[in-house]
Amino acid sequence: MQKITRDVLVSKAVSLLENGTVNAVLGWGKGEFVYDVTPTMFETADEIRENFVWNDFCGANFSKYLVSKTKKIEGKILVFLKPCDTYSFNQLLTEHRFDREKVYVVGVPCEGMADISKVKALAGEGIANIDFTDAGLVVTNFYDETKTIAYADVMAERCVNCKSKKHVAFDELLGETGEVISSARFDEVAKIEAMTPDERFAFWQGELSRCIRCNACRDVCPACTCEKCVFDNPNSGAENKAPATTFEEQMFHIIRAFHVAGRCTDCGECSRVCPQNIPLHLLNRKFIRDIDNFYGEYQAGAEVGSRAPLVDYTLDDLEAADVFERREEE
Amino acid sequence: MQRIGVFVCWCGSNIAGTVDVQAVSDALKNEPGVVFSTNYQYMCSQAGQNMIIDAVKEHNLTGIVVCSCSPRMHEATFRKTAAAAGLNPYMVEIANIREQCSWVHKDMLTGTEKAVILGKAAVAKVNLNTPLTPGESPVTKRALVIGGGIAGIQTALDIADAGFPVDIVEAKPTIGGKMAQLDKTFPTLDCAACILTPKMVDVAQNENIRIFSYSEVEDIKGFVGNFDVTIKKKARFVKEEICTGCGACVEKCPMKKIPNEFNLGMDNRRAIYIPFAQAVPKVATIDPNACNMLKNGKCGVCSKVCTAGAIDYTQKDELISEKYGAIVVATGFNPISMDKFDEFAYSQSKDVITSLEFERLTNAAGPTAGKLLRPSDLKHPHTIVFVQCVGSRCASCAEKGKEYCSKICCMYTAKHAMLVRDKYPDTEVYVFYIDVRTPGKNFDEFYRRAVEEYGVKYIKGMVGKITPEGDVLKVQASDLIANKQLHINADLVVLAAAIEPDKSARPLATMLTASMDTNDFFTEAHPKLRPVESPTAGVFLSGACQGPKDIPETVSQASAAASKVIGLLCKDKLTGNPCIASPDELMCNGCSTCANVCPYGAITYEDKEFMMPDRTKSIRRVAQVNPAVCQGCGACTVACMSGAMDLRGFMGSQIIAEVDAICK
Repeated sequence: MQKITRDVLVSKAVSLLENGTVNAVLGWGKGEFVYDVTPTMFETADEIRENFVWNDFCGANFSKYLVSKTKKIEGKILVFLKPCDTYSFNQLLTEHRFDREKVYVVGVPCEGMADISKVKALAGEGIANIDFTDAGLVVTNFYDETKTIAYADVMAERCVNCKSKKHVAFDELLGETGEVISSARFDEVAKIEAMTPDERFAFWQGELSRCIRCNACRDVCPACTCEKCVFDNPNSGAENKAPATTFEEQMFHIIRAFHVAGRCTDCGECSRVCPQNIPLHLLNRKFIRDIDNFYGEYQAGAEVGSRAPLVDYTLDDLEAADVFERREEE
Repeated sequence: MQRIGVFVCWCGSNIAGTVDVQAVSDALKNEPGVVFSTNYQYMCSQAGQNMIIDAVKEHNLTGIVVCSCSPRMHEATFRKTAAAAGLNPYMVEIANIREQCSWVHKDMLTGTEKAVILGKAAVAKVNLNTPLTPGESPVTKRALVIGGGIAGIQTALDIADAGFPVDIVEAKPTIGGKMAQLDKTFPTLDCAACILTPKMVDVAQNENIRIFSYSEVEDIKGFVGNFDVTIKKKARFVKEEICTGCGACVEKCPMKKIPNEFNLGMDNRRAIYIPFAQAVPKVATIDPNACNMLKNGKCGVCSKVCTAGAIDYTQKDELISEKYGAIVVATGFNPISMDKFDEFAYSQSKDVITSLEFERLTNAAGPTAGKLLRPSDLKHPHTIVFVQCVGSRCASCAEKGKEYCSKICCMYTAKHAMLVRDKYPDTEVYVFYIDVRTPGKNFDEFYRRAVEEYGVKYIKGMVGKITPEGDVLKVQASDLIANKQLHINADLVVLAAAIEPDKSARPLATMLTASMDTNDFFTEAHPKLRPVESPTAGVFLSGACQGPKDIPETVSQASAAASKVIGLLCKDKLTGNPCIASPDELMCNGCSTCANVCPYGAITYEDKEFMMPDRTKSIRRVAQVNPAVCQGCGACTVACMSGAMDLRGFMGSQIIAEVDAICK
């Protein structure tokens, strides 16, 4: 359960909107279901009081929305960012994707978000309401049956393996910021690395063949902010098309992983929004682990303007042959 | 749609020997866009070129594919031919069916099949070619010479003589390099200092030459004609322009036990020092690792005795930025470390020395004032053993030595042996060798004199082991001609250590994007025809940084490099390469990744107003390429994730078309 309450967020948003500091508020809004929290642009205090949501389903990372929204709104936008969201925010600033002056960042502490597919796995389908109590999530279904589930049992993978409770960018903080955490997030990657090439291929084929090319991962990814995505560009040779073979959707994910390599902050939004529950974050995490191993520890978005190892050259960089030898040793 | 002409060259039998040229020209006739296809014995000949020009006119060709040798060989030729026929020169593509096909295949069938595929790829590319026009860039009329040994000195003097300003960057406090450490020079036996120091003085006095001694190249940006170089002038804690080189400070410095690098550690210098009497610039330098004042703030003697007031303990490293049109690398060599050659007891006995140490021992300005005394007890050695090829031609021991021949050792060993016998006829001198290599003017005569006139005992065979016992060195060796083991009690052993490029060469090559071989020698643009140019335009090679060389060879190469530099600096403008990066502004995100990876600093950003697809106006930050600076390396095109950056002449679509044609 989140320690900070909705009221604190709402009153902050309303006061900043009413005193003219900002002209719009980017926050979590009511969706069709209680767990279906939707990113929303609020432009009036009433809308905020009415529809603003803050609960354990507020996983959405708003950093990417700033790229388009800052161009549409006069004046400043208030954006609520959880610690992991602030890394994406910095990464986008590094890439000059929006004007920092047009944003007012309010940092929100986060206790970890729930994964609805885990909730459904424990409580079943047909969820009518969820109450957030000290004892856990109290899930009520359409038959008025209730079930209490511990927060720890339904926490999203990215929150179980949270890498940082520290806000790396903010104008103002609600509550307190935390520290960078040495998490076990690379354990899953290590498991896949330990597979034989055949096992690994089978694993990814199993996962990626479920892909329906809905593009949700791309659309939500804060690293995917190209003016024109290569998958939408008929001249790129990789534009969106009906897959001719099962290999095609793998190409999509592999190309995407390469495009965000070195820029991915491991925010985990890709896996959160995937309707097929494909663990897409593992592809990106493998790149992050390799970059750490080859070029020293690097966290994209930890600071603005830091030059990423993949686009930075130093005399100490590993030679290609060294990389190959290391792989052979493994 | 293009109208493409295909011209398949036989190259005599070079191509036609393993490729059925008629079949290739027939097969390519049916490729999309091809309207004319033929073959001829020598396409590069005047007749062959005329054939192309006639075909362009007759068939209204818009593009040309020449299936011939490597584009490195004749691309420029055929581009000129196209221009003569009124076509844009960049409408020509070369399919390399010689180096990459006929020369590597023995079988006519496979050779022909591959030649057809390579031809198809070139046709696919020409179909997407567009006319390109090169830009021009100015030339900065100043040269940089990195390294102030005899190579750098000669290059700088020659360039300066032609009237162009030159800067020499030398890491040591003085120019002169290895030659300044030598005693006599073969094959004429004139004194190294006597012929070198006048040149050093010439350098110091030449108005066109600036010397940055005790300095290093920190950073190199830019390209031929327009290099931006940052030079770090290390703090020597002595004001160079005030110091008169009187040496009073050196005399009074209380830190007396600092190993003297110039004499290879065989005697000591002070913490403040002038490397040798004829140093240029003749200025004292304080060694910050040895000076008590700099380390603990206690002493200050040198500043008290300096009447000129040149000592400045607060001096800091200084960064100098300068523009150059050309860069000459003259970083030279060093003898390899003898640490791994335990069998020769180099680290166990002071009396086992390298040849360079021997030079210092026989030099009048050396640690023994020129008397040949062995280092351990300063007695005259009566039996001296010279061992050649220590670490050279060492194919089986790559981990400790070098595979190549160090080239200079045979001659300097003959010189050493001869000089010893001349000065000290009571000394027995043995030389152990694998082969004696003396190609060079008057070289073999010199060696014969050592053997015949001076009675040096040359023994074909290698020394297996040297054991110090008491004050003798027990040398165990084999005489391959007499086929017997030899045991010699020597007083002094001299090892002809292999030479290797200076350690500064590798990072410098990286900064210059110049290529090196596996031994860290700089690679020349062509081993026979362009020996003093690096493949990187505007970078030239002088002296032993390119390979082992003796002094006469170094000096000739140094002058050759200078003449190439002068040829470049004489030009007012350089024609650029039109195959440069160009951004699609509508797709550019303005993320700066391309600018970050650009090694030439060719990319900047601009805020521009655009009409967006939803018919609103938007100001966006987009990449701009400076065509004079871009070298067309393509780093930005692969770094750009939205594919907004493309390389003219090598567009992504062209490369994919080639790959498709090959895979079809």
